[in-house]
Amino acid sequence: MSKQVKLKRGFDIRLVGKAEKKVGDYQPVKTFAIKPTDFIGMQRPKVLVKEGDTVKAGTPILFDKKLEKVKYVAPVSGEIIEIKRGEKRKLLEIKILADGEINFENFEKLTSSGIKSASRETIVDKLTTSGVWPQIIQRPYGIVANPDDNPRAIFISGFDSHPLAPDYDYILKGQSNYFQAGIDALKKLTDGKVYLGLSADNKSTELSAIQGVETTTFSGPHPAGNVGVQIHNTAPINKGETLWTINPFGVVQIGKLLINGIYDASKLVAITGSEVKNPSYAQTYIGSCVDSYVEGNTKSNHFRVISGNVLTGEKISQEGYLGFYQHQVTIIPEGDYYEFMGWMKPTTDKLSFHKALGLLSFLFPKKEYALDSNVRGEPRAFVQTGVFEKVTPMDIYPVYLLKAIMAEDFDEMEELGIYEVIEEDLALCEFVDVSKHPVQQLIRKGIELIQYS
Amino acid sequence: MKFLRDLLDKQKPLFQKGGKLENLYYLYEAGETFMFSPNHTAATKGAQVKDAIDLKRMMITVVIAMIPCLLFGIYNTGHLHYLAVGEAATFGDKFVLGLTLVLPIVLVAYTAGGIVEAIFAVVRKHPINEGFLVTGMLIPLVVPATTPLWQVALATVFAVVIAKEVFGGTGMNILNVAMTARAFLYFAYPAQISGDQVWTYLGDKMPVDGFSGATALAVAYQSGQEGVNAVANLASHNSVLMDNMFSFQNLFMGFIPGSIGETSTLMVLIGAAILIFTGVGSWKIIFSGFAGAYLMAIVMQALAVNEFMAMPAHYHLVMGGVAFGIVFMATDPVSAAQTESGKWIYGLLIGVLTIIIRVTNPAYPEGIMLAVLFMNVFAPLIDYYVVKANKKRRLQRATV
Repeated sequence: MSKQVKLKRGFDIRLVGKAEKKVGDYQPVKTFAIKPTDFIGMQRPKVLVKEGDTVKAGTPILFDKKLEKVKYVAPVSGEIIEIKRGEKRKLLEIKILADGEINFENFEKLTSSGIKSASRETIVDKLTTSGVWPQIIQRPYGIVANPDDNPRAIFISGFDSHPLAPDYDYILKGQSNYFQAGIDALKKLTDGKVYLGLSADNKSTELSAIQGVETTTFSGPHPAGNVGVQIHNTAPINKGETLWTINPFGVVQIGKLLINGIYDASKLVAITGSEVKNPSYAQTYIGSCVDSYVEGNTKSNHFRVISGNVLTGEKISQEGYLGFYQHQVTIIPEGDYYEFMGWMKPTTDKLSFHKALGLLSFLFPKKEYALDSNVRGEPRAFVQTGVFEKVTPMDIYPVYLLKAIMAEDFDEMEELGIYEVIEEDLALCEFVDVSKHPVQQLIRKGIELIQYS
Repeated sequence: MKFLRDLLDKQKPLFQKGGKLENLYYLYEAGETFMFSPNHTAATKGAQVKDAIDLKRMMITVVIAMIPCLLFGIYNTGHLHYLAVGEAATFGDKFVLGLTLVLPIVLVAYTAGGIVEAIFAVVRKHPINEGFLVTGMLIPLVVPATTPLWQVALATVFAVVIAKEVFGGTGMNILNVAMTARAFLYFAYPAQISGDQVWTYLGDKMPVDGFSGATALAVAYQSGQEGVNAVANLASHNSVLMDNMFSFQNLFMGFIPGSIGETSTLMVLIGAAILIFTGVGSWKIIFSGFAGAYLMAIVMQALAVNEFMAMPAHYHLVMGGVAFGIVFMATDPVSAAQTESGKWIYGLLIGVLTIIIRVTNPAYPEGIMLAVLFMNVFAPLIDYYVVKANKKRRLQRATV
């Protein structure tokens, strides 16, 4: 019997535009890009290819000079068409024009018993050279894991509770054998346990029969699906410890690598949001250009394309590329308009966690909203208290932590739990904040202060 | 609304960087954002949609919650006047007279405070703080209707500068701004804010024979001095004006002398209901505040050495400003305790201290003002220990 955790605090942002569980009819995507900026903590990216080179899926194209073992590879085969740099020659994108048919680099296969008898070194070597390693994220800091570390445990969240998030049971359909192989490999990487968090409200058929993991079921509103929240509520991270986390997609990718001997970057991406005409899933690869999903598929022509979800995502252009770790594109209306008496007007079409004067969304607990990107107010000093705690199901005082970061007080940050959070864990605070603080940006600032001190 | 928007857009370059009036940008901004919520969109990274709330909306909610107290205060001011001078008057007469007395105080408080806010916003280059919407309404409600207007202005300016702006504006202050204004008046000009003469407006008329302007608290305190039963003394007080003026029921309803907004416990409770329902005021502070006052009053009753102490505990909750102070002053989120468990302690101690000061302090029978200010100062200490407990849990986990 798996352990059960009931989380009460949190908030579900109910939006219009949930993806229907079918693969939509989209034009095939032509270009793909790897963005070093997706890998938080990558300090000195070094490109291994030149414009004009041809690559296969799995050919190394990039590495971090601070973590040379870990190779970042091409998601598809094709030609390197552009290496885009920004100010001070900062590396922004490596773009690949994909072949019609994908050619794969060949890696050595293992049988499932072979995985179980392999040594840690063998597994690490396979994962780091083939490009699947960056799927493994280290806590604290939320950066790509260092293969030389021995983590206390590895945590996997088997569901995503973000607004309009893809259904993992759907995107992992029929891949439980790869998932199992991935788990077997991950067990080699830690002396501790591998934990899998499942949703109590939305039972997973793919992941519930997985062997060799410590399963915990979580119920409650978002952020119940965040791996950081799950860690905190099962075996919290302490100062000096290292944990690893990995998304179920990464586990499947590891399984495919070991069993099939290829770097398979294919994934189902949910195309969601109130601006999308037919929200559905798209079959594509890591780093996919989003143009095929946007063009002709939106209700108006004044919108914002987000790589990821509305809480933690990043605004990208209509010809932008999906982030490395993302399984979702969200398209919402751009909110660059003025609203007469907007601060006082009673409203039923804007969602609020609060019930202050005229905020009536609490009367419609089932209603789905078409929110836009308007900030709905101006930044102010912290005034309201006790609200961040209501959306953070962790034993943490978010406002005190944020104030410690603002004051750059290292001891205080440590004592208040900076090691236990990354941006996504406090993203809801940013949403509900009366004073409109850039909470996630502050959290990253705090993490970097600690990390590089 | 297009016309207004066009007008604002046309003026905007004047106030922006490089414009002739760039120093006054924050004044323009205050006006602009008052009329139109801004067109800012979410940053590239991070939350892409935001909650519909902002500080303006939160603050206006508090102002709305105070309106029952304000309206009742206006009526009551007129009501007591006609009662004291022994003239019959209609509801309308009473309300209009109250309005002519109370409205100037409200306007003066908003104007004086607004000017200070504006000067600081321009000089310190920060946006005008919405917190003043609340302060400007609170100050008139905690002074008697007879307060000279220049005192209202002076107290407002003093409080906004010393209690708020020197700390960096709303969100940074330690003391409740409105309570600081009242404390300033009390210590600087006690003649106009204490005693028996200030609570009822008489104008140039003579009161009826046997009229007393004393507040219920003063009468109860007097009972203690004279050794007569407090409840009986309260009930028979001012019997020339009306029967049972200080009965429990009438104290609760609020047709009694006192500061403009504080007299009616009923109206305060309506305000409390608004604050609690909207979540803008902490129900923990309100509940524990009343609980603390009631429990301490029971303790006092048990230890009674005089008739004031022996007064039934529930009378304490409807007399003086305790209800108003707990609901509207103690719940100010900036000066209150900020942790949830801290709020219980903070509210409880405000209630307890109020009654202790009331009953044992011979000079001044009302305690809520000093209790709130005192606990404002101690709130960070309470929070310090609550947060320290959190740190300790984290540390203990690490060693096991």
